[in-house]
Amino acid sequence: MATAVRRSAPANTLDRAQKLELYYYMRLTRSLEERLVNLYRQTKVVGGLFRSLGQEADAVGSAYALDRKQGDILSPLIRNLGSMLVQGAEPLEIIRQYMAKGDSPTRGRELNIHYGDLVRGFVGQISQLGDMVPVMAGVTLSFKMRGQDRVGLVYVGDGATSTGAFHEGINFAAVQQCPLVVIVENNGYAYSTPLSKQTAARDLKDKAIGYGIPGEQADGNDVLATYAVTKRAVDRARKGGGPTLIELITYRRKGHAEHDNQSYVPPGEIERWEKANDPIDRYVAVLTGEGVTDAELHAIDERIRKEIDEATDQADASPMPEPTDALVGVYAEPGVIPPLWFREGVRSAVATHERPASWGTHDG
Amino acid sequence: MAETTYLEAIREALFEEMERDPNVFCLGEDIGAYGGAFKVTEGLAARFGDARVIDTPISEAAIVGAAAGAAHMGMRPVCEMQFIDFISCAYDMLTNYVATARYRAMLGCPMVVRGPSGGYVRGGPFHSQNPEAAFLHTPGLKIVYPSTAADAKGLLKSAIRDDDCVLYFEHKYLYRRIKEELPTGDHLVPIGKARTAREGKDVSIITYAATVWKALEAAEQLDKTDGVSVEVIDLRSLLPMDDEAIVATVKKTNRVLVVHEDTRTGGVAGEIAARINELAFEWLDAPVLRVTAADVPLPYSPPLEDYVLPQTADIVAAVRRLAQY
Repeated sequence: MATAVRRSAPANTLDRAQKLELYYYMRLTRSLEERLVNLYRQTKVVGGLFRSLGQEADAVGSAYALDRKQGDILSPLIRNLGSMLVQGAEPLEIIRQYMAKGDSPTRGRELNIHYGDLVRGFVGQISQLGDMVPVMAGVTLSFKMRGQDRVGLVYVGDGATSTGAFHEGINFAAVQQCPLVVIVENNGYAYSTPLSKQTAARDLKDKAIGYGIPGEQADGNDVLATYAVTKRAVDRARKGGGPTLIELITYRRKGHAEHDNQSYVPPGEIERWEKANDPIDRYVAVLTGEGVTDAELHAIDERIRKEIDEATDQADASPMPEPTDALVGVYAEPGVIPPLWFREGVRSAVATHERPASWGTHDG
Repeated sequence: MAETTYLEAIREALFEEMERDPNVFCLGEDIGAYGGAFKVTEGLAARFGDARVIDTPISEAAIVGAAAGAAHMGMRPVCEMQFIDFISCAYDMLTNYVATARYRAMLGCPMVVRGPSGGYVRGGPFHSQNPEAAFLHTPGLKIVYPSTAADAKGLLKSAIRDDDCVLYFEHKYLYRRIKEELPTGDHLVPIGKARTAREGKDVSIITYAATVWKALEAAEQLDKTDGVSVEVIDLRSLLPMDDEAIVATVKKTNRVLVVHEDTRTGGVAGEIAARINELAFEWLDAPVLRVTAADVPLPYSPPLEDYVLPQTADIVAAVRRLAQY
């Protein structure tokens, strides 16, 4: 259970408790994913596993700039588990999702972190990259139409900037001046494809120029910088200043998914980022410099370990879905699709057919 | 009372629903001040303002995607595809995002995607399409395709009030050619219910949209020249499809012709034939036949278009064959 309650704060004025909360969410992200790796190796995770190792700061810092009390909404990408945790997603839900359980948020319909909750303020993504940009343009268009002081945040990767949906969505939002922040999480790779094969643009932030909106770039592995740049954009959006495109520079230290051996990565690259630019190591140094003690951080780590242990036990004990639940909820009306006749046991469609009296008597 | 055209009926539905519910809004290309390529939305922007009648960039994926996002938040967007041919530019958004949203994420998409459809207008390959079959295969979507002014109005009002995404195909050939006195009051036509356009006892024609009128012409002619009594079923909704009405007419006439303007292979007619086979095989006295467009992109030149699209004479010939089977 995420017991910490986030409060909003002006840019660069985070207090000590808030700074520790940032640490909590980053560490929770990493530890939860490490637990998921264990479950994956035990074959309890049914599908693929997507890590955000080394990217925890960009997800957590940016999401922390939203205001949950105002009803801000974000749409995460596959490596933004941290952003969902900030919005109130719980480890238990995440583990149930990965284990395809019947009481997971999607009742076993969708994988991994592909789920949402409008009340807590996150919309579930789909796998077609870039599609969430138009969708979040529409979510934030509704904020504008209703005169609400709410802001939306949508994450895309460097790869999704090549999609038509990204272009259409951000252009639409710019024309309509929707209160939307678009974060391009540049982690160097889209699956195996490096940025140089994705785009000829030198900086992804420059794409903002073409849409007539502000473009900013920040160090995605510096959680406070990520928070600050996003907070500026969120404040601008809330005041009616329209969308901002933010490029956060980070690095994907794991493969696309757990199966990916990263053979395409130049030797030494991953190790360099791990040693010199781990977002949690860097943030711990900042906190320690500000007087936070090892004991305080250790206590947070312990709390997280306990939360994850409890969530794992609960998720493990959760039931798998009832097969026939697959027929529920395609439409609001009808709420249930009738089962196919060959799944109805002995009663076949042909056996139950009513026949005309003349059947079989025709002579042409 | 004055008669209302098919096009005016659509506009009336939009006006009434926007008056009734502040969550209803329209978005599309050139629909505001200009009133749309066919003037369906004429007067809407003047009445409701450009915040509720939104002129968008040429971005069908963004139109549909933004509508979905707004719909999640409780709005009821009505998207216009300037020509329904352009709906394919939003195919991903409709099939992957919108159609699955309720099922995978418990997110409602109460929205309508509407647009001028169909041929017989010398529109060529990209202004004449009937793309309904491309979406019939997608669970999570609903599809309606009216043939009369009353249904055009009543189905659009129902589509706007539906809690899921409804693709609303409107036939541009019928826009100004079809008119009638509309029912008064809050006229709603239920989605998923077919209509008997003409009662008959010898052969059934199951069809929808513009070919309903061709089928009615053929029925009139066959009655006079051949003494064959033709029943015409106007499906009105394709998804969900009214199996009950289909089975009822099969049981009544035992001979079925399915007619549609769309191309043949993988078309709606094949689905209807399969349903009849599964649900009412024993009631057939003849094979289910199809009259459809030929499997070609729709050509522009009149002799070519007329040759490709189903004509009244084709329907007459097919019914004769069935009647004599």
